[in-house]
Amino acid sequence: MLRYLTGRLLRAVLTIFLVITFAFFVLHLSGDPAMMILSADAPPESVKAFRAAWGLDRPLWIQYLAYVWNALHGDLGNSMRDGRPAVQLVLERVPATLAITVPAFLLKLVIGIPAGIYAALHRNSAADRLTMMVSVAGFTVPSFVLALVLVLVFSVQLGWLPSAGSDRPTSAILPIVTLGIAGAAILARFTRSAMLEVLGQPYIRAASAKGLQWRTVVVRHALPNAAIPTTTIVGFMVGTLIAGAVVVESVFAWPGIGRLLVSSVSNRDLAVVQVILLLVAATMVTANIVVDVVYGWLDPRLRRGGARGR
Amino acid sequence: MRALHGIDLEVRRGEALGLVGESGCGKSVTWLAALGLLGGRARIGGEVLLEGRNLAGAPVAELERVRGRRIAMIFQDPSSSLNPVHRIGRQLGEALRLHRGLEGTALEAEAQRLLDRVGIADGKRRLGDYPHELSGGMNQRVMIAMALAGQPDLLIADEPTTALDATIQAQILELLAEIRRETRMAMVLISHDLGVVAENTDRVCVMYAGRIVEDAPIDTVFEAPAHPYTRGLLAALPELEGPRRMLVPIAGVVPEPANLPPGCSFAPRCDRRIEACGHAPPPATELAPQHRVACIRA
Repeated sequence: MLRYLTGRLLRAVLTIFLVITFAFFVLHLSGDPAMMILSADAPPESVKAFRAAWGLDRPLWIQYLAYVWNALHGDLGNSMRDGRPAVQLVLERVPATLAITVPAFLLKLVIGIPAGIYAALHRNSAADRLTMMVSVAGFTVPSFVLALVLVLVFSVQLGWLPSAGSDRPTSAILPIVTLGIAGAAILARFTRSAMLEVLGQPYIRAASAKGLQWRTVVVRHALPNAAIPTTTIVGFMVGTLIAGAVVVESVFAWPGIGRLLVSSVSNRDLAVVQVILLLVAATMVTANIVVDVVYGWLDPRLRRGGARGR
Repeated sequence: MRALHGIDLEVRRGEALGLVGESGCGKSVTWLAALGLLGGRARIGGEVLLEGRNLAGAPVAELERVRGRRIAMIFQDPSSSLNPVHRIGRQLGEALRLHRGLEGTALEAEAQRLLDRVGIADGKRRLGDYPHELSGGMNQRVMIAMALAGQPDLLIADEPTTALDATIQAQILELLAEIRRETRMAMVLISHDLGVVAENTDRVCVMYAGRIVEDAPIDTVFEAPAHPYTRGLLAALPELEGPRRMLVPIAGVVPEPANLPPGCSFAPRCDRRIEACGHAPPPATELAPQHRVACIRA
């Protein structure tokens, strides 16, 4: 187990490193921070001075090596826009993002999983069809469209909730609901198909043949087994807690990581973008490792020689 | 789609009955239907009488009291009939708690005794194993132990050895025979193998396309098979003694359940068919006491 985890950790570090490298080159090759931050008609000498100050006049690979060197020493650079450490800038935004993504995540679980289980247990009933119709609608409608519809109904028509910003306690409700609905829809579909797969297994029929009540069969023999595939998607959702709200934060002018990412990318504020990507990659990778550990706990078949199997 | 077309079948106390036929002829469905295990979308007509009480259409709670306790069932693929995420002990204990109300050390002792009874050595350790840690034969033994937990009057063994190696097959069948001698439990052995049925049962029902075409004591089936399909099955069976002979396959294939011929389902493959065979399904007639056959040519 320890060897397995060490291997996973090494691969995680490699993944994060690749993400950073890729982002570094894409960002540096796709636009000039000096032009973005100083504006295109800045005098040539100030552009030159800006480049020199941030080391942008050096060859790209030297910049890259310098970046990696500094990063390994804990220095992830400063924001080109306000000169503060990028890490600090990003971490300041984390609570705001988590304030909408964590409740949205809970909303997904609380709605999605029971809806999926119910639909599977009442397969082909009117309730099942309705659940799946809502679910298809829920994840095919892009979140910005859903956001706008919710704003139209609850802010413009009914006037119950603010349409944007973060100045009131109720401001978070619409972003949370927008994020939650799409995720709940995906989770409901996933849970339903996982349950249907399990309910079709011979051990379910065998458990019934044993004389167990249907309720007991479902609780003891179907739910634990269906939890295994469902964990994958839930784990993925945990991975998106940091970066999953880019669109929604932008629509609702919510001051989280997502909006910082959008503005930093358009300004080519390289250090900030890199820190955000690093954080996103780290959460994703951590979520994956957690999912693997949970898998082993849920499924005894994966417990022994789990490392060999991969 | 209709899978069964009027199954008239009786199992007496302590009897061993074989149910033979090709895959898809409705052998398993008959018993799943009788126990209400086909799911909500299946429609079942007629009567399933257990000591005079009709189980067909009985409330679920009543069926649940019958399952496992009066009528237990073991299945074709033992390894997938056990839940992969629960330990053997937990799954066996579940049956013991349900049917015998055992708890704690009594439960554990009985679970160990049952494993021992079905020939699993080192039961105490095995109770902590997961199904994937046991072989198919071992898992079938566990399934049998689980079936015995309810001390049933009737065991439905649905192709219990089909998924197992030949040597293990013989062991499992021997185990079932032993248990029957001890407990006088009745058994229905579902199989596509007439040989297996012949060695392990007293009476056999031959099924074809959702109907019982012949119902007779084992000896009668081998000495004087009446239905052309039964004869066909025997002709396709190799003999250990006597001169070597060519095995004769039955020509043609089993008709689709949705596309049965109007008369006798076997008529298209039958070498003795006459025109009347195509008119209506033949009724079962009694050729001799305990020997019924559904064929107008018999």
